[in-house]
Amino acid sequence: MNFEFSEEQDLLREQARSFLRDRCDSKAVRTILEGAAPFDEALWKGIVELGWTATTIPEAYGGIGLGHLELCVIAEELGRVLAPTPFSSSVYLATEALLAFGSEAQKQAYLPKLAAGEIIGTVAVAEGTKAPTQRNLATLASGGALSGTKLPVPDGDVADFAIVLAKDSDSASSFYLVDLNGAGVSRSAVSTLDPTRSHADIVFEDAPADLLGTPGAGFEQMEKLFDRAAVLFAWEQVGGAEAALYMARDYAMGRFAFGRPIASFQAIKHKLADMYIAHTLARSNCYYGAWALSTDAPELSVAAATARVSATEAFHECSKENIQTHGGMGFTWEFDCHLYYRRSKLLSLNLGALPRWKDRLVTQLEHSNS
Amino acid sequence: MDFADTTEEARFRQEARSFLEQHAPALASRAGTEESESDFLSRAKAWQKLKQENGWACLNWPKAFGGRGATPMEMIIWNQEEARYNVPTQPFAIGLGMCGPVVMGFAGDEQRAAYLPKMASGEEIWCQLFSEPAGGSDVANLRTRAVQDGDEWVINGQKIWTSGAQYCDYGILLTRTDPSVPKHQGLTMFIVNMKAPGVEIRPIKQASGKSGFNEVYFTDVRIKDNHRLGAVGDGWKVSIVTLMNERLAVGSASGPDAKEMLALAQTLEVDDRPALENKAVRDRIATWHCEQSGLHFTKLRVQSAMSRGETPGPENSITKIVSANKLQGIGSYGMDLMDMGGILVDQDGQDDSFYGAWLSAPGLRIAGGTDEILRNIIAERVLGLPGDVRVDKSIPFTEVPQGGKG
Repeated sequence: MNFEFSEEQDLLREQARSFLRDRCDSKAVRTILEGAAPFDEALWKGIVELGWTATTIPEAYGGIGLGHLELCVIAEELGRVLAPTPFSSSVYLATEALLAFGSEAQKQAYLPKLAAGEIIGTVAVAEGTKAPTQRNLATLASGGALSGTKLPVPDGDVADFAIVLAKDSDSASSFYLVDLNGAGVSRSAVSTLDPTRSHADIVFEDAPADLLGTPGAGFEQMEKLFDRAAVLFAWEQVGGAEAALYMARDYAMGRFAFGRPIASFQAIKHKLADMYIAHTLARSNCYYGAWALSTDAPELSVAAATARVSATEAFHECSKENIQTHGGMGFTWEFDCHLYYRRSKLLSLNLGALPRWKDRLVTQLEHSNS
Repeated sequence: MDFADTTEEARFRQEARSFLEQHAPALASRAGTEESESDFLSRAKAWQKLKQENGWACLNWPKAFGGRGATPMEMIIWNQEEARYNVPTQPFAIGLGMCGPVVMGFAGDEQRAAYLPKMASGEEIWCQLFSEPAGGSDVANLRTRAVQDGDEWVINGQKIWTSGAQYCDYGILLTRTDPSVPKHQGLTMFIVNMKAPGVEIRPIKQASGKSGFNEVYFTDVRIKDNHRLGAVGDGWKVSIVTLMNERLAVGSASGPDAKEMLALAQTLEVDDRPALENKAVRDRIATWHCEQSGLHFTKLRVQSAMSRGETPGPENSITKIVSANKLQGIGSYGMDLMDMGGILVDQDGQDDSFYGAWLSAPGLRIAGGTDEILRNIIAERVLGLPGDVRVDKSIPFTEVPQGGKG
C-alpha cells in the first residue's frame, strides 16, 4: 500500500511552492485584478521556463514526459496562490485534448510549441447560459469552416488556437481546431465574476477548422476530456480551499473580541472544524482522482466526478466561511477573501456546474454497479 | 501511488487468510439465527481463545502478555481479513483496545502478569467505567468517591453508559479521591472486580428499545491499593490514554450507505418514475457518495503512512462526525422515499435497515465523543486553535457550580 506522492513529487511540490511564493503573491494577483493585462506574463514566462507546460507531453513532442501525478502537484500549488495565468486552459484542456484525440500531424504541429510556451491553447464549448447539448449548440461546422459564437471562452482573448465543439448536423457534433489569429475569427474580452482570469466572446464567420479526433464524437470526447481536466481542476480547488482555511485560521487567532481571540469561541472553532472536514474529504477524493488519471484506470469517470464534486463543495465552503470568519473586514476589497470566493465560483462553473457533475457522478455509479 | 501490498505485507496477509479460512467459518455468526447472550459469549470466547493460541490475538501487544508484537500495518491487515468473516469480536473491543493499554502502562508487574494474558485469551472480559450522570462530555466532573482505608479504597457512586457491564469480569474505574483540589487533579484510576460485593448493574433501555449499556452502582466496594493504576491524583493523565484510544476505536458508523440508497432508489418511484431518475434524489446520492469515498480514501492515506512506518496525521479524526451524520441522513431519506409507507418497520428492527440507521444514528453522534467535542478536538489539536475558557479550571471541585439536571 503506497497511497501517497513519491519523494520526487514532494520535491517538485516544494520547488513549486517556493517559486510561487516569490512570484505570485497577493500583489501580483491584484495587479491582474485591477489592471488591464489579461494575465501575468512574467509569471507565465517563469512557469514555462520551469517546464510545467511540458509536464505530460512526451519527449518525442518536445515535452519532458512526466506523469499526471506531477501535474496534480503543480495544479494544487497554482490553486493555492490563485495564479492568474492561462495554465488550466492551455495545459489541462488544450494539451490534454491534443494528446488524447490529435492526429500525428496535429500533435507534431501543436505539442512542441505548447510545451515551449510559444503558443497558448484553449477549449471552447459554452454558448451563453444554456448548457452545451446537441440540441442547444448553435455553432455550425460545414465544409471545413465554423460559424457561430462561443461565450465565455477561458483565455479566449489570449489563446492562439481553440478546440471548438461544433454541430455537424442535427444528430452529430465534433471537435475542431481553429487558429484564433486566422481569418473569420473576431474576439473580445468579457467581464466575469473573477477578473484575475480572462475570458472572451469569440465570433466565428466561416473560420477555417480542422477536425480533431473522430467525426461525430464531439460530446463523447468532451466528456472524456472533462473527466481528465476535472481531476486537475479539483487539485487547484483543493489548493485554494486549504489556503482559505488557513487564512481564516490565522485571522481568528489574531483577532480579539470580548477580551479573547475569536479562535477560542466554539462558534468559530466548529466552523473551522467543518472547513477542515470538507477540505480533508476533498483532498482524499483528489488522491483517488490523481491515481485514476495517472493510471488511466477504468474507474476514472467515477473518480473524476467524485473529486470534482467534493473539491467544488470544499472550496466554496472554505472561501465563503473565510469571509464570515473575517467579519466586516472580509467583505472589503482590500482583504484577499473575495479573491478566493471569486475563484472558487469560477472554477466550479468552468467545467460545468455542480448539479451537472452530481448527476454525472450518479450515472457513472449506476454503470459501475451494473 | 499504488494500492498493492509490499512483499512482506502480502506474505502476512496470506498467512492471516489461511488461518481464517481454516477456522473462522465454524465460529462465524449465522444470519437469521436466534442466539442467547450466553451462547453468543461462549462462541466469542472460543474464537478469542483460538486466535490467542495461534498468535492472532492482540497483535500489537508484546508476546509476554499474550500478543504477537506485530507492526501497526500487520494489525490493519489482520483486521481487514478478519472483517471478511462475521466472527464475534465485539465483546473484547473495549477491553483489548482501551483497558489493556492502560493496565500495560500503569499497573505493577504482578497485576500485569495476572490480568493481561487472560484478557488477551478472552477468558476474562473488561469494561470501562468513566462516564457518570454528571460527567459526560466533561468526564472530569465525575463524583464517584474513593476513600482510602488502610491498604484498601472504599468506592461509592454511580457510573453510566458502561457497555457489556453485565458480562464483564473486570473494569477500569475512574474515581474522585480528593474533592478539595481542582477537578482534574483529584482523580485516581483503579482496576475493579465487577463481581465484587456492592457492585450492582442495571441495564439502560435506549431510545431504540435495545439495551447495550448499563448503569453501574458502587456501594462500599473495596479495592486493594495494589489495584491502583498510576499515582493517587494522576487519574486524568491515565484516562487520556484510554480516551484517545476510544476516539480511534469507535471509528466509522456502519449501516446503509450511498450504494444502498442507490439500490433503494432503483426500486421505488417518485412522480410515477423510478426514484433514481429524480434529480433531487440523485443530488443526495452524489453528496453521500463523495463523503463515503472521501472517508475511505482518507483511511487509505492513514494506512499508507503506517505502512511506511510513519505516525499517521490527524486526518482520521473526521471519521465519526462524517459517518454518523451521513448515516442519519441516509436513514431518514430512505424512509422519505417510501412515502407514507416509510413508517412501517420490520418486527426484527434490523440495524442495517433505513429505519435502523435513522434510529441508531443519534446514539452514534454522541458515543465516544459527541460531534461537538470532536469538533473541539479538530479545532484544538489539528488546527491549533486555543482551548475553551474554563471557569472551573483552578477552583476546588467542591466549589464548581453543578446544575440541577443529570
